[in-house]
Amino acid sequence: MNPNLYLVKDILKPEQKATRDGYGDGLVLAGEKNKNVVVLCADLTESTRSLAFQKKFPERFVELGVAEQNLASVAAGMALAGKIPFISSYATFSPGRNNEQIRTTICYNQANVKIAGAHAGISVGPDGATHQALEDIGLTRMMPNMTVIVPCDYEEAKKATLAAAELVGPVYLRFTREKSAIVTTNDTPFKIGRAEVLKDGKDVVIFGCGALIYNAIKVALELEKERISVAVVNVHTIKPLDKDTILKYAHNTRAVVSVEEHQIYGGLGSAIAELLAKEMPVPMEFIGVDDSFGESGKPEELVEKYGMGVESIKKAVRKVLSRK
Amino acid sequence: MEALHETKLKQLELKANQIRQDLIKMLLEAGSGHSAGPLGMADIFTALYFHVLKHDPKHAEWPARDRLVLSNGHICPIRYVAMAHAGYFPISELKTLRKLGTRLQGHPHRTSLPGLETTSGPLGSGLSQASGIALAFKMDNLPNRVYCAMSDGEHDAGQTWEAVMFAAKYKLNNLVGIIDRNNIQIDGYTEDIMPLDDLKNKYESFNWHVLEIDGHNIREFVDACAKAETIHEKPTVIIARTIPGKGVDFMENKFEWHGKPPNKEEADIALRELRTLQGQIEASHID
Repeated sequence: MNPNLYLVKDILKPEQKATRDGYGDGLVLAGEKNKNVVVLCADLTESTRSLAFQKKFPERFVELGVAEQNLASVAAGMALAGKIPFISSYATFSPGRNNEQIRTTICYNQANVKIAGAHAGISVGPDGATHQALEDIGLTRMMPNMTVIVPCDYEEAKKATLAAAELVGPVYLRFTREKSAIVTTNDTPFKIGRAEVLKDGKDVVIFGCGALIYNAIKVALELEKERISVAVVNVHTIKPLDKDTILKYAHNTRAVVSVEEHQIYGGLGSAIAELLAKEMPVPMEFIGVDDSFGESGKPEELVEKYGMGVESIKKAVRKVLSRK
Repeated sequence: MEALHETKLKQLELKANQIRQDLIKMLLEAGSGHSAGPLGMADIFTALYFHVLKHDPKHAEWPARDRLVLSNGHICPIRYVAMAHAGYFPISELKTLRKLGTRLQGHPHRTSLPGLETTSGPLGSGLSQASGIALAFKMDNLPNRVYCAMSDGEHDAGQTWEAVMFAAKYKLNNLVGIIDRNNIQIDGYTEDIMPLDDLKNKYESFNWHVLEIDGHNIREFVDACAKAETIHEKPTVIIARTIPGKGVDFMENKFEWHGKPPNKEEADIALRELRTLQGQIEASHID
């Protein structure tokens, strides 16, 4: 593992915490740092982890009820009057249901609004497909002026929230419901737009985002035993993409696998493929949901069934190596 | 807000007439755009920019200004003409409407032209933005007022009612909605497309203060804006009954004129009519 990143020491026995908790703790820190930070929520205050902010700064918390379109545009108005609004909901509703309001009143309007999509990905679990956002990265990364961030763990989620408050412009932050491995520490550097090489390798590179980065790490460490050298790069910022790091590792390994808890169409893998097709065509395999909706089940069962588990990633690595 | 004396009222009526004439010329030059709505709102936009709003055309971003949010962005030609007359930009720039490279986009884009306040076009999101601005002002104890011009047709959109509930919940008494109640929308008459009446009762039941006025009576509009300043604990909505295409006989009350500009011949007729009206205004109010 990369010693410069101060990752957790015993990486195969990590603590578990949900990235949405990182958002909640990050919001309070952002609120302490800047009195213009306000939080708006659409009837999901506890589960989006906006509750701690509400308790600490009730005068800066706005409850809109089940009204995600209004959520986006009220936030746009507040931003135009100098506030830094974070809007909290589930990703299927925001940026899902209110996509046009985000397009027109936030992105085109260049309003300084931060959109937090909680409960993203198939790991939402028993709630089923209606609540498992698998299109949100695509929806947001297509929009001009938008920055798109998918934190890989609790610590990174906290840092991403703070960084989003400081960046002027629309930001989409994607969070998950389930507890997941914490692989980074308070000391791990985080900069919007800069991918981090968690583990170096020369045969194949896995570009991942979100909690699945932990599966990628496990795959890399297990394949070491088979003398396959796998690099793992945490591409937490999908837009703007860290082209230099991606091209460097594509060049060095000539074999790429993307890993994300999202539709294969339109997500991180697509963003990387768009870059590589133009600059450096190399064999590439995509781990993600293959053009289907999810269903109810336990998070780990769904991750396995929909092809994002450790064995699926290993298979993709072997396949891409065979295509070199 | 200062009192509206007879002399000023006559000036405003003449200004609205000039603005209508420039609007017709502008739409003719552009070759596309909306005619009926902008003509119908000429009196209100004149009253806003030349009497009601606290603003400074030479300092469009003056923080203490009132905010005018245009929700139904397609009537932006009337805002552009009123802004040009108020001194935000040269009147000659009106000729660039909808042309490549223009600051006067077909639907208003905030960052293109200082003073626009928001980006709009897709209907139903203006009142949300205006409510957000108004709430931020209240959080900061600022006295700025927020006006939101809306169409009646966009009350078909659920988001409008989300914002109506929201503004009432947060008691946004610094917010004034202005509804252009002209009874038309693209596909026909509002009551045929999706009945909206009784709009007054609807708003009252959502806990807004409602004022109904003749949208072509500048004094009634100014008085309503002044009255709204005295209403505490509630946002106010002014339902302005207007005649779409007002001032141009063959356009008045015709939904067919919602979304198209006049051709040369039609523009000539329209301008002739407006000049006749101008003469009538000049002859009236004689002390």
